[in-house]
Amino acid sequence: MPAPTIHVDIVSAEGEIFAGEAAMVFAPASQGEVGIAPRHAPLLTLLKPGEVRVQSPGGEEQVFYVGGGAMEVQPKKVSVLADTALRAKDIDEAAALAAKQRAEEALKDRGAELDEAKVLAELAQAVAQLKVLERLRKLRD
Amino acid sequence: MPGTKEIRTKIASVKSTQKITRAMQMVATSKMRRAQERMKLARPYAQKMRQVIGNLFAANPDSRHPFMVEREPRNVGFIIISTDRGLAGGLNANLFKAVLLQMREWQQKGAHVSLSIIGTKGIVFFRRLHVQIESTVTGLGDSPHVADLIGSVKVMLDAYREGRIDRLFLANAHFVNTMTQKPTISQLLPVEAASSSELQEHWDYIYEPEAAAILDGLLMRYIESQVYQGAVENVASEMAARMVAMKSATDNAGKLIQELQLVYNKARQAAITKELSEIVGGAAAV
Repeated sequence: MPAPTIHVDIVSAEGEIFAGEAAMVFAPASQGEVGIAPRHAPLLTLLKPGEVRVQSPGGEEQVFYVGGGAMEVQPKKVSVLADTALRAKDIDEAAALAAKQRAEEALKDRGAELDEAKVLAELAQAVAQLKVLERLRKLRD
Repeated sequence: MPGTKEIRTKIASVKSTQKITRAMQMVATSKMRRAQERMKLARPYAQKMRQVIGNLFAANPDSRHPFMVEREPRNVGFIIISTDRGLAGGLNANLFKAVLLQMREWQQKGAHVSLSIIGTKGIVFFRRLHVQIESTVTGLGDSPHVADLIGSVKVMLDAYREGRIDRLFLANAHFVNTMTQKPTISQLLPVEAASSSELQEHWDYIYEPEAAAILDGLLMRYIESQVYQGAVENVASEMAARMVAMKSATDNAGKLIQELQLVYNKARQAAITKELSEIVGGAAAV
């Protein structure tokens, strides 16, 4: 009888990373590394940044780096939902702040745009005046 | 010869324009293909995520996260995904029209609207309106990354958590096929509870850490992945729209050249005839 295996899917939001059978999976769970063997009890855990090691039935080991994420374990299936970006509370916070600041700057620029509109209006006026002058000149000729 | 030279330079200029539009068309075509690939790649993650969240609710149906609780919609948020560059036909205009319509509807109901905008075109358009813009992202390029979106999404999620918005929508161009891109507005928050109606025997996960923290992390990532998918889909739509727009521009330039060529030939012929008759007339006079 062949040794039991467990199906492993490693996916990230930007693409599939790995799919296949494994004899054993190791993952960096938020409260310490866990090893998942086939027929493991259902488990749901968050992952820390680290390595996910997949041991194939043949005994070779493949290593994937994940920047964090979540892992779902069912008796016959492991799904690793990997983050593509490094996540930490303060990094997220900084990103949010930056996004807010960009919005404020974009709104500040509104003044500049209004100036541009004013200049454009003046330009149109000047062009119209020139046209009139030209027509007058032609009439005189 | 009156005008032939002008016509010739005009033809040359239209031809060089045509070269540019044709090049843009081809670039857009290949970029569109890549964007479609990326769309496909993003799908398994969202699917798995939905599955896991569905399982989680099947396992303990009474857990309720703030992201799932329906509230009176007094404040409404939109995440609008637009493009950074123009020359993409009516893609952005159509999307903005759809968003405006819905915004007006909410405003008529007395709801306050706030926006998070992705893409330069959206910022330029919406900052003219008197609407609150909470966050913006630009310069995502042809291959958006989740990392670039996190900040902007977090601003809206935090607003939701703190009760500053009661409903959150995502607006982007849905890629139907190369010829059609449909503006779509879908609800992100509250998350519509995943339907896992099949009654299975009761089982539960082992949670590490506790269920609430995991659910929070999962839902946040789920929303981010939805927005990411929207962004990727919008890139595919942008490229498709640009491809079509540039194709018709190239065709129009071709037609224009043909017409100009005809006018040019006529002018040339007229000049020759005139010259000939002058020579003949001159010879007769001698």
